[in-house]
Parts: sequence; structure tokens; C-alpha cells
Amino acid sequence: MPMNRHDHHPISETEDSGRIDISRIRRRLEEMHGLNYWRSLDEIAGTPEFQDFLHREFPSAASELKDEVSRRHFLKIMGASLALTGMAACTRQPVEKIVPYVKQPPELVPGKPLHYATTALLDGFATGILVTTHEGRPTKIEGNPDHPINLGATTAFGQAMVLDLYDPDRAQTVLNAGKPASWEAFLSVMNLEMRAQREKKGAGLRILSGCVTSPVFHSQMRALLAAFPLAKWCQREPVGLDTVRLGAQIAFGRAVETLYNFEKADVILALDADFLSTHPASLRYARQFSTRRRPDTADGMNRLYVAEPSSSITGAMADHRLSLAAGGIEALASALAHRLGLPGDDGGAGEHGGWIAAVAADLKRAAGRSAVIAGKGQPASVHALVHWINGALGNAGKTVVYTNAFDSELVNGMESLKKLVADIESGSADMLVMLGGNPVYDAPVDIDFSKALEKLKMCVRLGVDENETSRFCHWHIPAAHELESWGDARAFDGTVSITQPLIEPLYGGKTPLELIDALLRQPTRNSYTIVRDYWSAQNLPDFEKTWRKALSDGFIAGTAFETIAVTSAEPARTSNIRPGGGLELVFRPDPSVWDGRFVNNAWLQELPRPFTKLTWDNAALISPALAQREQLQNGDVVELEFRGRTLRIPVWILPGQAENSVTLHLGYGRQKTGRVGTGTGFNAYALRTSDALWFGSGLQIRKTGETYPFSTTQRHFNVEGRDIIREGTWQEFQSDPHFMSARTEPEPGRDDTLYSPDEFKYTGYKWGMSIDLNTCIGCNTCAIACQAENNIPTVGKDQVARGREMHWIRVDAYYRGGLDDPEISHQPVPCMHCENAPCEVVCPVGATVHDDEGLNMQVYNRCIGTRYCSNNCPYKVRRFNFLEFNAGMTSVQKMVKNPDVTVRSRGVMEKCTYCTQRINAARITAEKEDRKIRDGELVTACQAACPAEAIVFGDLNDPASRVSKLRAQPLSYGMLGELNTRPRTSYLGKLRNPNPEMKS
Amino acid sequence: MAQIFNQSANTISRVGILCALLALSGTGWIAAEVFWSPYTTMVGVPREQPVPFSHKHHVDGLGIDCRYCHVSAETSRFAGVPPTDTCMTCHSQLWKQAAMLEPVRQSLATGKAIRWNRVNDLPDFVYFDHSIHVNKGIGCVSCHGQVDQMPLTWKQNTLYMKWCLDCHRAPEKEIRPRDEVFDMKWRKPADQEKAGRELLTAYHVQTSRLTNCSVCHR
Repeated sequence: MPMNRHDHHPISETEDSGRIDISRIRRRLEEMHGLNYWRSLDEIAGTPEFQDFLHREFPSAASELKDEVSRRHFLKIMGASLALTGMAACTRQPVEKIVPYVKQPPELVPGKPLHYATTALLDGFATGILVTTHEGRPTKIEGNPDHPINLGATTAFGQAMVLDLYDPDRAQTVLNAGKPASWEAFLSVMNLEMRAQREKKGAGLRILSGCVTSPVFHSQMRALLAAFPLAKWCQREPVGLDTVRLGAQIAFGRAVETLYNFEKADVILALDADFLSTHPASLRYARQFSTRRRPDTADGMNRLYVAEPSSSITGAMADHRLSLAAGGIEALASALAHRLGLPGDDGGAGEHGGWIAAVAADLKRAAGRSAVIAGKGQPASVHALVHWINGALGNAGKTVVYTNAFDSELVNGMESLKKLVADIESGSADMLVMLGGNPVYDAPVDIDFSKALEKLKMCVRLGVDENETSRFCHWHIPAAHELESWGDARAFDGTVSITQPLIEPLYGGKTPLELIDALLRQPTRNSYTIVRDYWSAQNLPDFEKTWRKALSDGFIAGTAFETIAVTSAEPARTSNIRPGGGLELVFRPDPSVWDGRFVNNAWLQELPRPFTKLTWDNAALISPALAQREQLQNGDVVELEFRGRTLRIPVWILPGQAENSVTLHLGYGRQKTGRVGTGTGFNAYALRTSDALWFGSGLQIRKTGETYPFSTTQRHFNVEGRDIIREGTWQEFQSDPHFMSARTEPEPGRDDTLYSPDEFKYTGYKWGMSIDLNTCIGCNTCAIACQAENNIPTVGKDQVARGREMHWIRVDAYYRGGLDDPEISHQPVPCMHCENAPCEVVCPVGATVHDDEGLNMQVYNRCIGTRYCSNNCPYKVRRFNFLEFNAGMTSVQKMVKNPDVTVRSRGVMEKCTYCTQRINAARITAEKEDRKIRDGELVTACQAACPAEAIVFGDLNDPASRVSKLRAQPLSYGMLGELNTRPRTSYLGKLRNPNPEMKS
Repeated sequence: MAQIFNQSANTISRVGILCALLALSGTGWIAAEVFWSPYTTMVGVPREQPVPFSHKHHVDGLGIDCRYCHVSAETSRFAGVPPTDTCMTCHSQLWKQAAMLEPVRQSLATGKAIRWNRVNDLPDFVYFDHSIHVNKGIGCVSCHGQVDQMPLTWKQNTLYMKWCLDCHRAPEKEIRPRDEVFDMKWRKPADQEKAGRELLTAYHVQTSRLTNCSVCHR
């Protein structure tokens, strides 16, 4: 299907102004001797656009509507609206209704939120979540602190799932051939089909699902396959763990799962493995990893080596990062094995020989306390090699443990999908039941899935939304959202987690359990009965009590897989593991829309991607060297030709990208999705073939001469090269803990101010926040948690381009060093809540004022929108509602809003409040009990979500509070403290732990 | 050159300016009057309800405690309006046929809630919490007035920000012992301000921060 699916994009020719010259940038960087930080190529090149962003608070014309409105017409409208505003103030307050319950649920107290433990799923793997509901309306997701896989943290996806629940584009009715029908009508048709299948023992029946870890579902499938022995079940994820499982199968001769314990690892080597953000256990891994990044950790700081083709969250945390083509990883692993004294040849380490030798020596020194991990984007042979290396280093059973697999037989999604399509093509399969998924869009492009679907006699899809696949299905059944469902699933460590509904299905959706149950028996059971019946038959001790505890805890304690002892055999080596010459194409799931399933989620779409800071789009990520060679600029549209197929897509130059690798993020360019996702990005699946699922060589790149406008936040809210991020090495810290503050400008004395330093005494609480740059991995979860908690609107791609994005906390990325292999650091920036706040003194209407606990408050009903405060803020953390961003929400969409936070309207400034609603709630609880708020009782939304526990909030007047102790650490500094703003948000300077034997 | 204006122009302009000033201040005065009048504030205006519920009858006549219906006043920001069930605890036995109670019976039969008209309505950017006021010794009467004397409920105070701040600036004028919060008959002692200050200390009320914006606005 070689075709270009993207003719609808507004690609236009533009003149050559503001082009950046890579060679000039290189010269400038050399002049800076790698000491200075930079955030974007524009910044070093000093392009006019960048200057424009720098010198204006908001980009030019940000304050104007771009519509063609004449001045006269504008004045007329203004006059009318002024008169109306005046009149509006004269009307009386409209009468509101109070609508009490008829029968009030006993557990519900109106005005008090309830919290339930349930489970969020990604690719079938569970994480434990706690959901806040207000009068039966789920509004906020937090991690479940007791759950062993995420320990209280969430991913950005977990935070955003509540927005999907209220998505107005969800499937709302049963559809038969595109026309509304009923569940009962579906059942009667399906019964006839199933009777026919029963006669031929299910020979024509196929079930297609994503990866499933649910014990209940597995038992249902066992029953189904027993009743229909010739039926088949295909489990497949577009970005699943096929290679990981196949690698373990090769290494151990049986299906096992691999679980790491990074808390025990002194030296870690990640081979194209983004274990901190895209692994099913990454929340736990991030927590374990971060405990060993704090300079005061008892076992000493760990050291992380990463080799990867494209910057990842993990790569940015590396002490030594090697930009290496994905196809070169296997040779690197092979050379490493050789260096470690294992049999086999050198594998051709070539130019990286020195790097490998040093890593090998470090790993060897830390034998039994080291860990090597490969990513799912690497072939099974690399995984097998890594198992072997870990075995040889004595890490197995210590930093790396093995458990029984989720499925007793090896699940290979790609192979079973191929088999499924072949069966349909041959006519042996005629009935397909799809549980979610979107194979028409995301199957490898050499498998024509839509053609296969057209051959089926009966095709059913259960899905929360209608997508590309739906229109090929005879029946489309609306699925219940996870927050509307009963069910269960296993976390990556095996822990069984229960899913319980927070709300009745909004559109009468069905769960996969109910659909499979309907295939087996009728009358159908509801999913609550299915789940409860299964678990009550499992011989749990004192079932009723265990069940109630499981619902309350969110998981069944003690159900994690037991570790097993397995020994890896020497893997057979591929004979030719040298990467092919030329360019390489790499596929990765998008950090925001994943495999495409979150494309209709505006929170995720607008979340700036970790390194590019792109929003609402994907791009072909290319290295500065390739850009120089091909004369490419950010936004230049290229034609990629890969194995006979082409794709037109704009490029983005990513410092640190491997020279000859081009990375495409999957999940964009959807043709049939909701109003948010339609028309965004470019479809990378159009080049993804089954023989190059993750990467492949032989890519051709051609410049088309067209350009494409991106919306990136990279240049927004810049702070002009001042001393805002501080870094050093652990070695420096050990010789002098105060080395960092010694080389920076000291903070002025408290009284060195023209304003009264004693206006506030801060005798009660004194709120403050500490952000640890050592542990922050830059995953963006804080930004989306804040968005969910504080009713922050999304603004759309066009508005982001004008610098109007509304996030209260942003995560800045800083580069240091050369273009090809820079060090990357992240810095989350919320409001600093300065004690001498520059914003307060310039507000003409007293809309931004101080309170006597040190909060810098924004009073929305006073604000008249002068934006002086934002102009005077040195941290650029204030956000202005240029337009009525909350207008036009349907009543269902409004249900996501937090009732404890004002929904701001146009013309009002806003910013981080330190979650003042949470402070108030905690204060009221404490005062009713005549006590003080306890340390740790009050957490901000960003703090609660952070997987690395990098954000700590609390009372600075309590010397025993965690935030006071962090602030007393020698690495603690206030951003731009030399301005005497006395920020309440402070940072802990970042330390890296480089190998002294390696030069950078 | 002849004078453009006649001498009388002086008088006309003086009177004119005076009239303009008078008109301006008159408009202002009228606006202020309207703003503070019951027409706008609805203070003292009994509110129509789907069922003419009488607090006077239930509280003063029958002696039912506030918390029998407003169950969450001590625990939640919202004091709670009783579900139909609560009405029916008595009215399934008493006045079973009363025409006045037909909407209540209908509500129970159909499962559709009674839609009451809100009497005390704060703007949406104000985050008032009943529980903290009740727990720190602010009586129901302080804001709601003598509800036990209202046949149909009306608003006793403007609920304007000025009115809130009057008390937040000097809570000693209104605070009472916790035990007396729900007592409709409690009267301020002669030495209220002194007793009030003692109660503020006893209940650990942080008076210094009661006028911070963030106390009520988020």
C-alpha cells in the first residue's frame, strides 16, 4: 500500500528568512567551550524569530485576534460589549437550584470527594490508581501508593485517562453496518453465527485483542477455546514486547519475564532501552533508579551508560551517552560480551572501542551489582545476548530477576497477526471478534488488513471509539471506558489488580469480559458477576474478606509472580551484525499519543514532547550532521523512501540524534478519529513493514522544498542564559559539598530591598517546594497532573504557536556541549512564589498579592488583564487567558473539571497556586482536629504524580519537614536568587557521576 | 469684537454644571440604593419553593435539630439538603394525604429529585466551607438569621464580600461556644467581645490570616 496519506496538511512554500546555519552554530558552540547551556538551535543561531520571542513577553500579535476586523467594527463591538458588561452588573443574581438526592448513597457526603482504588491499563499491563470522584463524577487520578508496580506515581497517560472518559467523540451506540442498532439485535445475530461456528468446532472463529494479562479474561478464553477447539486467539500490540519475550525464549528455552531491581545496581548499561518511561514497569524503575541518584544515598550514586539512536528520557539521565544507530547496538553488545571475556568475536566495536572497554571494566568491577538492559526496539538476539551478559556478570537473581511469564506459551503478536490474515485470506476464518485495537491503521503496511476484513462473514469490534478499523466491521459495540468497568489485570510483576467502575457507563458500553461471556452463554452476566464469580472460585482464604480488601486496596496482595532461577545459554550469534551503510529508519511510540490510541486526548496532544517540545505533531527526527549534509531546516518537508514506500513528513533537528538515524514517532496521521486528533501529524505506520518493525536500513531522504509550520514551546518563556540550572559531578561534590554555590553569585541579604522586608512575618506555615534535578527524569507527568487538578484548558496548535499555552508547570530541556552528543538536563519550572515577588508590585489593581504564609496569590475576580505581572516575572511562569479557552464545552466535557478550582475566563492571568485548594482542604481538616498539618499530609498535584519523587512540598517553618531538610542541603539553590526575589521554590543542583576513566 | 456669549451664559453654565453634578451623584446614589436594596440582595424576601416548607413549623414548633436534615454541616463544605427519603421518614406516617406534600410523594415514586430554589447563594468564585465555621463556633444564626422564625425561608444577610469581611476582621463579635452553634435561642452575652476573644484562643483560630484572599478564593 505505498501511498501518501497526508495531502490535507497545510504545507506551504516560505521564503528563506531566519534559516539556521548548522556550521555557524557549531562554531559558536566551540567558542562557548561547552560551558553554556542552550535550549534550541534557534537560540545559538540567534534567528530573528528567537529574538522576537526573547524580547517580547508574548510573541508579536499574540494579543490580537488574527481575524479581518476593521478598527471601526472593532470599536463598535467594544462599545456594545462595554455597555453589556455594565448592564450585566445591574441584573440580579439568577436563582440557582439545589437538587438533592431522592435516596442518598450512605457512603456519600455532599461536598466531600470520595476515593476509590482501581487499575489503569497500558498495553495490557496494570498500574494501581486512586480516583477522586465528586458526587459520582471522577475528576482526578492519582497513583496508588500501596501498589507494588507504581508506588504512588502515575504516567502522563494515567493522568490523562479521565479526559478520555468524557470525550464527546466516544462511540455511543451499537452500530450495524454504520446504522444504529441495539445490543439485543446484536446478540440475536451473533447467536446464529455462533451456532454455525459450534458445528465446525469454531474453525472459522478468531478473537483479536491487545496484550491481555487479566486472569478472568484468560479463564474465559480457556473456556471459549474448550468449547470451540479450532478457534484461535491472537494477542497483538503495535508497540508490544514481542522482541523481549522472544529474546528470553532464546536465552532460557522457555517463556520468562525479566524484572530489574535498579535500587541494587551500581552500574547500569541501557542499550536503546528507555526503561524510565516506556517500559510497563517504568514507574517502579524510575523510583528505584532515583533513590540511587541522590547524592546522600547510602550506597553511593549509581552510574548510567546509555547507547541509543534517539534521545530518550533514560538517555538524558545518562552519565555517559553514546549516540549510536539502532542497527549498531547488536555489534556493541557483542563487543561488550567479548570485552567481558565471554566467547565470541569482537563484533566490530570499531570507533567505539574505547567506550566499550571502559563500560566493560566498570560493569566488571560492579559484577553482581550491575545491570544491562535492552529495549523492546532491539531484536530478540540483542535481548538474548543481554541475558547472557547479565548471567556472566552474576547479576541474575540480584539486580535482574526472572519470573514465570503471563502466558505459558510464547506470545508473538506479529506472527499470530500474520497467521490471522492468512487464515482470513484463505477463507478458513470467517468470523472475527476484535476487542479494541486498530489494525487497519497500525498493522505493518505490508499486511493489508482492511482487505482481509472485507472477506469476513461476520466482523465485530468492541471499542471506546470509532476508528479506521470500525468502518470495516459489520458490528461496532461501544466499549465501557476503564473507569466504567469491572475487570482485573496483572501488573508487570504479576500483581493482580482489580478494576472497579467509578461511574455507570455513560453510553451503555460493554466490557470485553461481557462480550466474550456473551459468546459462551446467555443470558449474559454483567462484568461484576463475571469477575466476582471467577475470584470466588479461586480458593482464596476467607473470600469475602479478601475480596473486600482487594477492592479497597486495588490489588490482591501477594499475587506477584515468584522469581525463578534460570540460566542463560550462549546465544547463537547472527553472522552479520554490522549495520548496513546509509541511512537508518527508527520507529518509536510517541511520548504523548503512544501507538495512536491517545490521539484524541487534547491534554496529551498539547503536552510538549520531552526534547523537541513539539505539540500536536510528530516529525522525522534527524541529526544536526544529517541536516547539514542535506541542507535541511526545522520544518522542511522531506520525502522518505523506505523499502519501496514513501512518506512526506517535515523534519526536526534533534541534538544528540545518531548521525544516520531518522526517528519517526508512531501514532499520528489518523484518518478516522475524533475532532481533536483528526488532521494532526504524519502517519509513520505508512513506512512500517513487518520485517522492520522497529528499525531498518536503506532509507532515502529527499528534500521537497516545502515547509510545514510546527508548534513548539522550545523558544517560549526563555530566561536569556542566566544562571538557572546548576550542574556538577559527584566527584566534585564529594571533595567539597559546597562547590556549586561557591562558583555562583551569592544571594543578597534579606534586607537589601527597597520594599519592607518585614511586611510578612510568616509565623504560621511557610510553604515551600524543593525540586531535585538529580532525580527529575523530565517525563512531563507533573505538567499533566497539574492540568487535571487545576482545570487548565488546552489551547490548540495555532494558539501554542503564538505562545499562549497554559501549563502552570513546564519542563525545560537544556543542552550543554556539542551538537552531536550534548548533555541533556531537565528542569521543571512552576511559580517560585517569591517572597519579594516582582509581579505583585506592578499590578495596578492588587490582583496578585501575598498571603501571610508566603503564597503568591492570583485573585481572578480582580484581574483586569494588564499583563504587567507577567512582564515583570523573571521566571516566565504566568499564563494569560487570551481567549475564552473553556468556551463551547458540552455538559459531559464539563464533568472533568475540579469543583474546588475556579474555571478562569478570558482576560485573566493565572499561574501555579501551590495547589491552594489542597492546602485549604488540609488546613480545614487539621483545624477541625485542633492540630497542625502534618508533614507529608499535604501534597501538590505535581508532587503526587512524580515517579521519581523529585518534587517535595511542605512547611519551611518546621525544621523536621522534608522540604526544610532538602533546602538545608548544600546543593540547594534558588533560581535567579541573586535578584533577591527570595523564591520559595528551590532546586537541588544536578550531579552526574562520570567515569573518571572516560573523557566526557 | 462683540462678545460671543451673553452675560447670562455665566449663570446658565453654573447652573448647568451644578445640575450635571447633581445628576451624576443622584445616579450614583440611586445605583447604590438599588445595589443594597432587597431588590438586588434579596434580603428578607421569602423565596417561593416547590413545597412551601416552613422552618418555623419544623424547628420552632416541632423542635427538630438543624442537623436532622442538614447532616453534613459539621463535616463538609456543603451543609446538605435532605434527600426525599428524609422527608418521608415522618411524612410516610404524618399528613400522608396532604396536597401540599404531593411533590414529595411524587419525587419518591418517580425517583426524580425535588428542585429547590437556592436561598443563600454565593458567587461561584467563593469557596465557603460550612464545617470549619461550625467547628470554630460560628452559629447558624450568625449567617442564616433566626431560621426558626421563618415560615418560608429568606436570606438574612447580603452575603456580599464586605459582610463576610466584617466578621473575618473581627470574629470575636460573632463566635460562640461550640455547644451552642445549633441553638436558635442562644443570645450574645454582655461581654461578647471579651468572651469571644477567649474562645478564639481556645479554638486556635488564626485571626491574622482570615482576610487572606486564598482563604475564600482559589
